[in-house]
Amino acid sequence: MTEPLVVLKDVQKHFGDLHVLKDINLEIGKGEVVVVIGPSGSGKSTLCRAINRLETIESGTITIDGKTLPEEGKALAQLRADVGMVFQSFNLFAHKTILDNVTLGPIKVRKVKKADAEKRAMELLERVGVAHQAQKFPAQLSGGQQQRVAIARSLAMDPKVMLFDEPTSALDPEMINEVLDVMVNLAKEGMTMIVVTHEMGFARKAANRVVFMADGQIVEENTPEEFFTNPQSDRAKDFLGKILTH
Amino acid sequence: MGEILRDYDVLGAFWMTIYLTFFSAIGALVIGTILAVMRVSPVSVLRAAGTAYVNVIRNTPLTLILVFCSLGVLYILEINLADPQSPTSIRDNAIRWAIVGLSVYHAAFVCEALRSGVNTVPLGQAEAARAIGLTFGQSLTQVIMPQAFRGAIAPLGSVLIALTKNTTVASIIGVAEASGLMKEIMENETASFAVFLLFALGFVILTLPTGMLFTWMSQRLAVKR
Repeated sequence: MTEPLVVLKDVQKHFGDLHVLKDINLEIGKGEVVVVIGPSGSGKSTLCRAINRLETIESGTITIDGKTLPEEGKALAQLRADVGMVFQSFNLFAHKTILDNVTLGPIKVRKVKKADAEKRAMELLERVGVAHQAQKFPAQLSGGQQQRVAIARSLAMDPKVMLFDEPTSALDPEMINEVLDVMVNLAKEGMTMIVVTHEMGFARKAANRVVFMADGQIVEENTPEEFFTNPQSDRAKDFLGKILTH
Repeated sequence: MGEILRDYDVLGAFWMTIYLTFFSAIGALVIGTILAVMRVSPVSVLRAAGTAYVNVIRNTPLTLILVFCSLGVLYILEINLADPQSPTSIRDNAIRWAIVGLSVYHAAFVCEALRSGVNTVPLGQAEAARAIGLTFGQSLTQVIMPQAFRGAIAPLGSVLIALTKNTTVASIIGVAEASGLMKEIMENETASFAVFLLFALGFVILTLPTGMLFTWMSQRLAVKR
């Protein structure tokens, strides 16, 4: 593995009585694509959101590129700018055009000039295949298009690592592939990615490693091929048995 | 009726109503926005202060607030908002304190309208704003408040209509607005019923278009999700 970019050490979190993250230790190397899978309620989304502190943790440390996640404030905002995040529900800014969605971060956070930000935004929109929709509003686009814009919005910040929190779970089946294609290309270009997903095809095609979570714990970690063909734990066997039989 | 319109400055009185409404609306919007930001801020002291303001002011009669501004602040504490030496100082002080009182009072309602607007903005919008590295202030000004204002247009319109009508309370501290003139005319003349209708019509002319404009804007500017 290359040098670690994201390191989670002894991370613990509760939601009330529920222990959602139990002794999480995980290292993600530069350029690595890690897919996190597991049954719902296993804590995989929480894990993903904890990495840019949308969820706070109770103990343990999370470091990104050597820097520990700071407390809420300017320093945290700066760190988040380096961590792209793609949500299940897209979360495009509903009152802004597609183009403005992509340029907002670069202009306000990176202080890029408007013209430069727009030029780069158009390149990114071109890359994800929605450049011709640049002047529309999010509600006018399909889910798949919105999610690709969300990816472009994250890319516009030149993130060191990108987090995907179930990016295709809210999409109609025929739109899933257009989003996955963009993600596969990103992976090929060497982007460091942490992807929470149920898309086994994506995991097989693009992931370097699969992390299987259940009940707040990392139960098993392996290469996709090993994991899918030869799972070690009973929990993983049970889970794969349920989802792969259909 | 013609005599009344000739002998009394009805248009001037309604102009004062518009004047009070305009400046009080701006004041209420500014204070109300600050209060709304306080009430949604992560700082508990600010939240508590905002809540206390709204609870105290919203539950106090406007008459009390204006009388307090006039008798309490102006005459007892002697805080002037106009040069006391100027020949129009009594009139100017009354108008300006009326604007302050109206602003302070309606700010509580603007705050609640905006807060209901903030509640129309899904949590994911704030998360996405933070995730691209915007600070709390930037998330608020770039993402949350623009959407909250659009979601709050209809209730803000109701506040503005209420404000227009509530300017009549300013007559009790001596501001010569429409209702004050109506009382004066009714005391001096006999055509009471016609006078009443005249002034009622005047207020409808002011508020009806306001309501229609805000309804139109709330549909036009609504954030499509």
